[in-house]
Amino acid sequence: MSSGWVRMALARDHAIRYGFIVLLFGLIGYFAIAADGFVSPQSAVFIFQSVAITGVLALGVTATLVVGGFDLSIGSVATSAMMAAAYVMVVLEQNAIVAVVACLLIGVVVGLINGWLIVYMRVPDLLATLGMMFLLVGLQRIPTEGRSIATGMTMPDGSVANGTFGAAFLSLGRHRFDFFIPNLIPVSVVVLLVLAVLIWFFLEYTRFGRMMYAVGSNQRAAELAGAPVKAYKIWAYVISGVFASIGGILLAARLGRGDIASGNNLLLDAVAAALIGYAVLGAAKPNAFGTAVGAVFVGVLLQGLTMMNAPYYTQDFIKGVVLVVALVFTFALSGRGNR
Amino acid sequence: MGNDAVFRVDGLRKSFGHIEVLGGVSLDLHAGEVTVLMGANGAGKSTLVKIISGVYERGGGTMSLAGQNFAPQDFAPKTPAEAIRAGVVTVHQNINDGVVADLDVATNLTLDRLSGSGAPTLFNPGRVRREAKAVADRMGLAIDLKARISDLSLADRQMVAIARAMAHQPKVLILDEPTSSLSSAEADRLFALLDRLREHGVAILYISHRMSDIRRLADRIVSMRDGVISGVFDRKPLDYEGAVNAMLGRKIHLDRIVARNSARPVLTIDRLRIAEGSRPISLTLGDGEVVAITGLVGVGKTALAETLFGVRKPLTGTMVLNGKAYAPGSTGEAIAAGVFLVAKDRSENGIVGDFNIQENISLPFHRRMSRLGVLKRRIERATARRQIGELGIVCRSEKDEMSALSGGNQQKVMVARWMSQAARLFILDEPFQGVDISARRDIAAKLRASANGRATLLFVTELDEALETADRILVMSEQTIVGEHRNADIDLERLLAEVAGGPLHSAALSADR
Repeated sequence: MSSGWVRMALARDHAIRYGFIVLLFGLIGYFAIAADGFVSPQSAVFIFQSVAITGVLALGVTATLVVGGFDLSIGSVATSAMMAAAYVMVVLEQNAIVAVVACLLIGVVVGLINGWLIVYMRVPDLLATLGMMFLLVGLQRIPTEGRSIATGMTMPDGSVANGTFGAAFLSLGRHRFDFFIPNLIPVSVVVLLVLAVLIWFFLEYTRFGRMMYAVGSNQRAAELAGAPVKAYKIWAYVISGVFASIGGILLAARLGRGDIASGNNLLLDAVAAALIGYAVLGAAKPNAFGTAVGAVFVGVLLQGLTMMNAPYYTQDFIKGVVLVVALVFTFALSGRGNR
Repeated sequence: MGNDAVFRVDGLRKSFGHIEVLGGVSLDLHAGEVTVLMGANGAGKSTLVKIISGVYERGGGTMSLAGQNFAPQDFAPKTPAEAIRAGVVTVHQNINDGVVADLDVATNLTLDRLSGSGAPTLFNPGRVRREAKAVADRMGLAIDLKARISDLSLADRQMVAIARAMAHQPKVLILDEPTSSLSSAEADRLFALLDRLREHGVAILYISHRMSDIRRLADRIVSMRDGVISGVFDRKPLDYEGAVNAMLGRKIHLDRIVARNSARPVLTIDRLRIAEGSRPISLTLGDGEVVAITGLVGVGKTALAETLFGVRKPLTGTMVLNGKAYAPGSTGEAIAAGVFLVAKDRSENGIVGDFNIQENISLPFHRRMSRLGVLKRRIERATARRQIGELGIVCRSEKDEMSALSGGNQQKVMVARWMSQAARLFILDEPFQGVDISARRDIAAKLRASANGRATLLFVTELDEALETADRILVMSEQTIVGEHRNADIDLERLLAEVAGGPLHSAALSADR
């Protein structure tokens, strides 16, 4: 082995490891020069806010990716939670706490059903969660005969729904914390950051997270090392369901109504963020830090392009390009995908 | 029985990288004769079959096949399809590789015609059924042609795969362990079919470890060991023990080990049955003792290991560990009770590919290395470093990826994993599989040196490995223990007879012939 060869390998290693981070900072640098007002606390907060809900969902789906699964139902869990929150407050006239509990419960139950379908009914993960997605998209329309939920709406039986979104609930979407500048950081961004740190710590530093990675890499070996593999898999789907329902709560609080048409892009954006995360720091595997960076990356790119007057309809195309590039980074360059 | 070989292999060689797998194999197959090929894991059987059937290219030597006019022609298929066209058909071990599960029997029987060049573009169900019926009749196959393959039993699928192979009217038929997933009644149907093919003058190469199959079918036995033919047996009556002997090899160094005795029992197994219809197993393993259970592939060694480790439940019987009843419901319970298993086939059952050496070693013991669920990485790293030193694992650091290690070192990591904590019963299933000789010596020496305080139980197919490592050797056959030997003055003739099926058993078999 010549030293030149070693240097090449090292350079390649560094390119894989730091390539995406460098790209992110390069992008920020470019927009800082090219787009007026890109570098400001408000702009940064806006970027985080724009990816907060997507990011929360992406962190959840990361857990299922870690155990070698996939959860396609996250988007519909989030919108179901949003509709449930609106229904609980507007139609049933309950307070914010009941609404939040109801949403989280939906997340847990859907996660358990997904896990049960996959682990005990042996339905392949993609198909089970695809079925669940359809089921939920339909289910959330039934109580209101397919209409959005807002105060004053007429119910199917002719009565009028008089409940309102509680102030406490709305503050989840509208309150901003002071951070050097008054009223700067929205609750959703705080939630995103807290959940990101939590899931990152869980996956990287606890024995449960470590075993989830083992299950994802070699299920049989994990089982023969004494791990209750089925339980770990089900837990992963419960985590994913709960995170998605938290995303739904934030969405409901932001909109202030149960909007049947919102949340269409949540699933794809979240999955893209998690998959882009594979490429961050050359991990070549699902990881919480990468997912967060992936979400921010997409946010920065879209915010910058918007400020440079790129039309809105190009957004999905750009996200797709980023995702494909990230996947090439992960699977071709690092050479770990072809094991 | 014809004397001129239909198929002849001469001095066949094959290497993968710098490892020679076949070192000059010569073999004849005759028309209307069943030649059984025996060999332990890694002897080179599969490589030989894959070269003959066109999956691998040969590294050297010649092959010839008698052509239509019975003049020998050079035979060097580049693809499996070419081999089939030339008249050499292989039925591989995995039955489902030979059939398409979602299609019906008729389509499966005529599949090659549908996909071959010159096949009609349009699918004609009537014609397919007529052709399939012709094939089935020729083979005496009594299966509903409209049935879907996935609704059939394994034996029926096997029959279909063979019938489909026979539709090419081959001169040579190769079967790679065809009975490994069949019941004995199902196997009987297969044998009847093979008898018919033999009468039709097909030369059959039959690869198997099962002595009962071999006794039933063989006209000739060829033993393989370490990439060469180690024995050919064709004089009647066939010398089965000699064949097993040639396959396992007997280069024994008698000064290897001093067999120890143990007084304090660690594990007692009482009338344990691991398979329907098998005789019960009873045995006691003592503290400080290294016991090897040997036997051919498929006699229930792994099933017994998995029963002890809580992967599967015994049909009947009880176990006592450390004086307490032991009936693990999961691998987790077994580990908590101090029963550890180094599973066979490390890449499948042991190694977590995404983890480095350190993380692979700590895998089963996370609970003991964490507080409030948080892993103590310092302890994890210290344990890994200690174990790397203990077993002499060759690596740059404990952070190395597993894929960077040689097979022997990977296996050492697996052993290091389970030796990182104290066991009461330490089970190793085929621990020397795919391991070079020096790593094998290291592991065996380590096992013996650290044997005190636990019972050590090895499952090995290769007799040499048992002789080199164990104080006591038990022989397994037909899902039960059939013999016991202290590794001091072993009666090898008796041991080999037990491995080959036992005098009692063969008497019973010849009685019902």
